[in-house]
Amino acid sequence: MLTFTLRRLLLAIPTLLVISLVIFLLVDLAPGSPMSEIPLTVPPDVRQKMIEALGADQPVFVRYFLWLRQFFWVEPAYAFDSWFGTTLAEGEQRILSWQSRSPVFTIIGQRLPQTLIVIGTAYLVGILIALPIGIYSAYRQYSLFDQGGTLFAMIGFSVPTFFSGTLFIIIFAVWLGWFPTKYDTQLEVVDWATFWEQIRQMALPVMTLGLANAAAISRYMRSSMLDNMTMDYVRTARAKGMSERTVVLKHVLRNSLIPVVTVIALGIPSIFGGAIITENLFGVNGIGAALIGAIHASDLPMVQTLAFIFAVLIVLFNLIADILYGLLDPRIRYD
Amino acid sequence: MAEPAASVLDVRDLKTVFRTRGGEIHAVNDVSFHLKPGELLGVVGESGSGKSVTMMSLLRLLPAPPADIRGGKVLLNGRDLLAMSDEELRAVRGAKIGFVFQDPMTSLNPVFTLGDQIMEPLIKHLRMSKAQAQARAIELLELVGIPGAAQRLHQYPHQFSGGMRQRVMIAIALACDPDVLIADEPTTALDVTIQAQILELVKDLRRKLGMAIIWITHDLGVIAGIADRVMVMYGGQVVEHAPVRELFANPQHPYTRALLQTIPRITGPRTARLKVIEGQPPILTAPLTACPFRARCEHRFDTCDAVNPPRRAIDGQPIGQGHDVACHWVAPAMQEPADA
Repeated sequence: MLTFTLRRLLLAIPTLLVISLVIFLLVDLAPGSPMSEIPLTVPPDVRQKMIEALGADQPVFVRYFLWLRQFFWVEPAYAFDSWFGTTLAEGEQRILSWQSRSPVFTIIGQRLPQTLIVIGTAYLVGILIALPIGIYSAYRQYSLFDQGGTLFAMIGFSVPTFFSGTLFIIIFAVWLGWFPTKYDTQLEVVDWATFWEQIRQMALPVMTLGLANAAAISRYMRSSMLDNMTMDYVRTARAKGMSERTVVLKHVLRNSLIPVVTVIALGIPSIFGGAIITENLFGVNGIGAALIGAIHASDLPMVQTLAFIFAVLIVLFNLIADILYGLLDPRIRYD
Repeated sequence: MAEPAASVLDVRDLKTVFRTRGGEIHAVNDVSFHLKPGELLGVVGESGSGKSVTMMSLLRLLPAPPADIRGGKVLLNGRDLLAMSDEELRAVRGAKIGFVFQDPMTSLNPVFTLGDQIMEPLIKHLRMSKAQAQARAIELLELVGIPGAAQRLHQYPHQFSGGMRQRVMIAIALACDPDVLIADEPTTALDVTIQAQILELVKDLRRKLGMAIIWITHDLGVIAGIADRVMVMYGGQVVEHAPVRELFANPQHPYTRALLQTIPRITGPRTARLKVIEGQPPILTAPLTACPFRARCEHRFDTCDAVNPPRRAIDGQPIGQGHDVACHWVAPAMQEPADA
């Protein structure tokens, strides 16, 4: 298992280098200029100087290698410095956002917690709703509960979040007044009252995204349970006199979870990617909103860095899914 | 024995129906049989004759729906399994009646260790502690002839061969010292040498432990070697029943005779082609009103189309005790093949 993990980690390096190049070139080829938001009254020579100051006039491969160096050496060194008080990165240039002139990683550090709390909770809630629905739907296939679960999944699957989110705002915030319409990113949780306030303002975005997540995962869980429910070993377990609870929640579930866990693990990078629409709808100032803003402003370093971080996460969680697969299924051992 | 021992298992008029979209399938039709302590009853018949469905009906192991047990009694030491609550029945499954299934490759749960799967019924039925169950599991694995039992307890099913897995299945079925072991074609999925090993193992275990066994197979050769009595099934009913020697010496039902002729013989001229029984077993979409075998029978006459023959005794003993047959045709004594 350890050799497998190490080998996969080593293999990830060339993969990620290729991905970084593709991202860099794609973003660079995209139309638009970092000066597009600068007023037209600025004279062309000043404009030219500004571009030179950003380094945007350099050939693309020079910028690529400089960015690589910044991403893989300067930024980690900087992080190391701030933790241990060393001076490894002294005098080095960090990756700066062209929009705000502050380091990209500082912006990410500010935005990520919002995203993780809201989108992460939504994902977790989605899983917690989906698994029981999927399990019970499969156990009582074609029952009223199963039909209800299918309807729920169909709605969650087919209704886009910008619609369901708006609907929830109208019903729960405007008509009923239970929750605020907007997410307040300034709110700091210091006591029970603010904690409660945080829960209330998270409720609507979590509900919106949780519904969409639960719909997909409950279907995976149901079909995987159904696949296993008719297996011979289930009959063996019943013939041994095991209770239905043991048969379903131990024998069938353990086998059914193998593919579902993989799906769940592969979905985790999307939490970090944020849910751009939901974040915009509820005013969650997270990473999705940051990415959209950076794209609008042709803030190339920001877009490139964010896209690459997502790529790293996807590669990483692919590996984690594979390792989980091996842990859950004894037939798969990577030796 | 001084007096005939009471039956450990007594099945009366068992009737199982599958409800499907295309109508009902009458899979088991008024099957009656009994099993004495320590006895081995062979159940023979081709695929679709209702052997497995009968045995699974005993423990209500068939998924319901579509399966529906319409009637009959299954008395285990006098208690009717069909009248029990699910909870009571679970206390019987695996404890009083052990079940070994056909395909050892799929009958064990791939994600749990063997130890875990053997210990499950011990902990549930005999209320053993983990340590006790583990000690007993090692004992069981040794009993079924698996070397290095203590280490193998921590292994997974995929690390075992088919024959070894079937040994494990037998160990699980025997874990709680059941009164009855039901073996549903336990050697069908195995190759011939492993079949022989498993047969030897069961014979040996029967001598040591003395449980009654129901052995389902479509292989008469297997039955000849191990059974005390044989029950031939066709169309979801018992068509012939006899002590094993009697059945082979004096088969009455045309189906039994045909089955015996399909056994390839090692001696004699090789030019003779292997006998087959022409036709297909019937699809039982309605209750039987005529003999189910008539379409394939060479002795068919008018009565066969009008009346489903009831079981009638051949040797004067009560039905189910001696030799009986469900056939209108009265068979003349069978001629042994010249080479035998």
